[in-house]
Amino acid sequence: MKALRNFFEKTQPYVQKGAKYHWLHSTHDSFFTLAFSPKHTSKSGSHIHDNIDLKRTMSFVILALVPALLVGMYNVGYQHYHAIGEFAATSFFNVFLYGLIKVLPVIIVSYVVGLGIEFMFAQMRGHEVNEGFLVSGMLIPLVMPINTPLWMVAIATAFAVVFGKEVFGGTGMNIWNPALIARAFLFFAYPAQMSGDKVWIALKDGDKVIDGFTGATPMADAAAGNIDFNVFDAFIGLIPGSIGETSTLAILLGAIFLIVTGIGNWKIMLSTFIGGAVMGIILNLSAGVEGLSPAAAAYFSMPFWHHFVLGGFAFGAIFMATDPVSAAQTDTGKWIYGFLIGITAILFRVVNPAYPEGMMLAILLMNTFAPLIDHYVVQGNINRRLKRAKVAA
Amino acid sequence: MSKTIKLRKGLNIRLKGKAEPVLETAPPAELYALKPTDFPGLTPRLSVKQGQVVKAGEPLFYDKYNPEVLYGSPVGGTVFLINRGERRKILEVVVKADAATGAADFGSADPLSLDEAAVREKLLSSGLWPLIRRRPYGVVARPAEKPRDIFISGFDSAPLAPDYEFVLKGQEKQFQTGVNALKKLTSGKVYLGLPAGSGNHLLGQTKNVEINYFDGPHPAGNVGIQLHQISPLNKGEVVWTVNPQDVVFIGRLFETGKVDFTKIIALTGSEVLRPRYLKTTLGTRLCPILEGNLKTDGNQRIISGNPLSGKKIICDNFLGFYDSQVTVIPEGDDYEFMGWANPGIDKFSASKTFLSSLFPKKEYELTANLHGGERAFVMTGQYEKFLPMDILPVYLLKSIIVNDLDKMEQLGIYEVVEEDLALCEFACTSKIMVQDILRKGINIMMKELG
Repeated sequence: MKALRNFFEKTQPYVQKGAKYHWLHSTHDSFFTLAFSPKHTSKSGSHIHDNIDLKRTMSFVILALVPALLVGMYNVGYQHYHAIGEFAATSFFNVFLYGLIKVLPVIIVSYVVGLGIEFMFAQMRGHEVNEGFLVSGMLIPLVMPINTPLWMVAIATAFAVVFGKEVFGGTGMNIWNPALIARAFLFFAYPAQMSGDKVWIALKDGDKVIDGFTGATPMADAAAGNIDFNVFDAFIGLIPGSIGETSTLAILLGAIFLIVTGIGNWKIMLSTFIGGAVMGIILNLSAGVEGLSPAAAAYFSMPFWHHFVLGGFAFGAIFMATDPVSAAQTDTGKWIYGFLIGITAILFRVVNPAYPEGMMLAILLMNTFAPLIDHYVVQGNINRRLKRAKVAA
Repeated sequence: MSKTIKLRKGLNIRLKGKAEPVLETAPPAELYALKPTDFPGLTPRLSVKQGQVVKAGEPLFYDKYNPEVLYGSPVGGTVFLINRGERRKILEVVVKADAATGAADFGSADPLSLDEAAVREKLLSSGLWPLIRRRPYGVVARPAEKPRDIFISGFDSAPLAPDYEFVLKGQEKQFQTGVNALKKLTSGKVYLGLPAGSGNHLLGQTKNVEINYFDGPHPAGNVGIQLHQISPLNKGEVVWTVNPQDVVFIGRLFETGKVDFTKIIALTGSEVLRPRYLKTTLGTRLCPILEGNLKTDGNQRIISGNPLSGKKIICDNFLGFYDSQVTVIPEGDDYEFMGWANPGIDKFSASKTFLSSLFPKKEYELTANLHGGERAFVMTGQYEKFLPMDILPVYLLKSIIVNDLDKMEQLGIYEVVEEDLALCEFACTSKIMVQDILRKGINIMMKELG
């Protein structure tokens, strides 16, 4: 440990401004501060500071993602071996190992590309490297279908970091959730590769699929009026879908962790679910309306709470909507913001079959509106103050 | 009518080194000083020359823009040194105490029998006027204005703060006289805030005031929070605030005709060997008090005031004008291996990400370390938990950062001073310098709108 510190301290002069390796400054700084909390003390203002910092905050979010990641890895193997009809003959460990081998490269690509760009921008701007991407870099793989080619992951990550974040000034300044920008980028730039039935199951060219296997997600099926998924499987996470979004159970574990530690905002999570339930119930009630196609009517009448275990709803509500930077920032705003995400997600999902995954678009849409929601909450505060002055006068 | 106001927002930071209820007399310091830098926005003009003899209460300097506001010498003696900084800015006017010189006599009087002008005149001429501060802005009151109300917080809830029950014992009479004098200065009320649930409170019998009780964590003891809860400050209004020991100073003036700046301070902090109360005089040099009382290992940070909003000083400096507390904590200027990943049994945090949150009673040693790098605003909803006011602190700070005067006014800059937002700065994940930003905003407001 001492040797490591000596190394960092000795190399520090070489990365200072004007020194030969200045271009490595932010890299040096980020690894140094990662290994050793800096010795900066307060210069003015409060003399004591809370022990929490952004590194700890972000690493707690990553910890919360671990259950979803692990179940997601297992599910990749599970879906693969089911598709080729060999699940019964494969050990639990091998199923997981298959998923691990498939998922790991996606994570590595996301981090290498994203962090590389982050380091570059930090150096150019003379900032410290922001920790925000530690979470985005994990979220991006988790919202990808497993068969997304790695080069597409790389492009999407680069797009998300540069246009989703750095053009606005880096972590804390962005308007949209960067991980969702990556997903949306792929969704719109490569629609052929990113939809259909092939992307959800990891298969090689030579793999023979058993008879009757489609590989479609239950949500895509449901949109076609074909609702036959097992709710319990969907809750546990053994359905086709993006890597990390399938297991509602694992996501809830992460949610509990986030709420207990206070890192994630429970108001947004809860109001998103309330919004989803309200819209689901509205759809249930209007399932009998005339003019609906039989497929739509079937989807309309699906019990509203089944929506929570399908697709990215739970994952989005817990990990994406709660991103503090792109969400509404006022307490009242958070309730409204979450509620509207729930409403629009289910609405998009059911009413517009062209977008089976409504959650992504719902969150991005509400990210866009979050400043507006906040504006009215702030205006409310201002008006209260003005009114108070008038009453007094 | 008195009422109990319950506050939920806030945080008591449990620090090691609270003062034991033991009162000792501090060794007399030779040197005492007034620091113009203790008064934000003040442009001082000297009234004395080096080597001149001054009695306690005679002015050392005055306000260039309000020349009737005099800043009286805390002790009698000779002007020892006028300490100047960059561009000859006056930093300290140091007086060498001499018991023989004594205090100037301004004539005793019962404030109840005086009219408002006479009370004002007495406070102004004796140099006690700067004890009164005004909101907006938390600066010295202006003699020409008439405050809507006057607020006194009878307790301090800041970390390691002195217990005024202990400090004011035996001075209730002077306190009452001080309150009587203040009552003359406003056509409104004098409000006194006391902690709820302390049974028979020392100041509970004070007359001529409206007493309100406050129940809740820090910053419940901040006078700004109390006045917001009782009767919030609106645009165009002015209220005055006075610290409880300063009310006693005023009381003594009216009772004896002389100024007597003897006060009790709490010597606190985890680096102090025996945290306790000391009887000393306003503006005292701190070396005589601190020498031999501190632990000897490692760097230390000496703070005049509490660790949240006090001023960083060195031993050779002087006690701040409004301070009743000196705190010494470890500087904490060393690296910590993987500090962000530490489970943190012994690390206090307002967040629930450290194991320390499982021990709600334990006391902690906090250093002056920032515990992390500075970042942009990322986490939200953090500040609001520590500000029991109907104010959106982040939006207020952002309006200051972008220099938007209208928004600052609309979002309530008139109602807050640094100490009210100090907890936000403590808890901030992004280590944003909240108090600096706020003072910058207040300075802009004063400059632009007066």
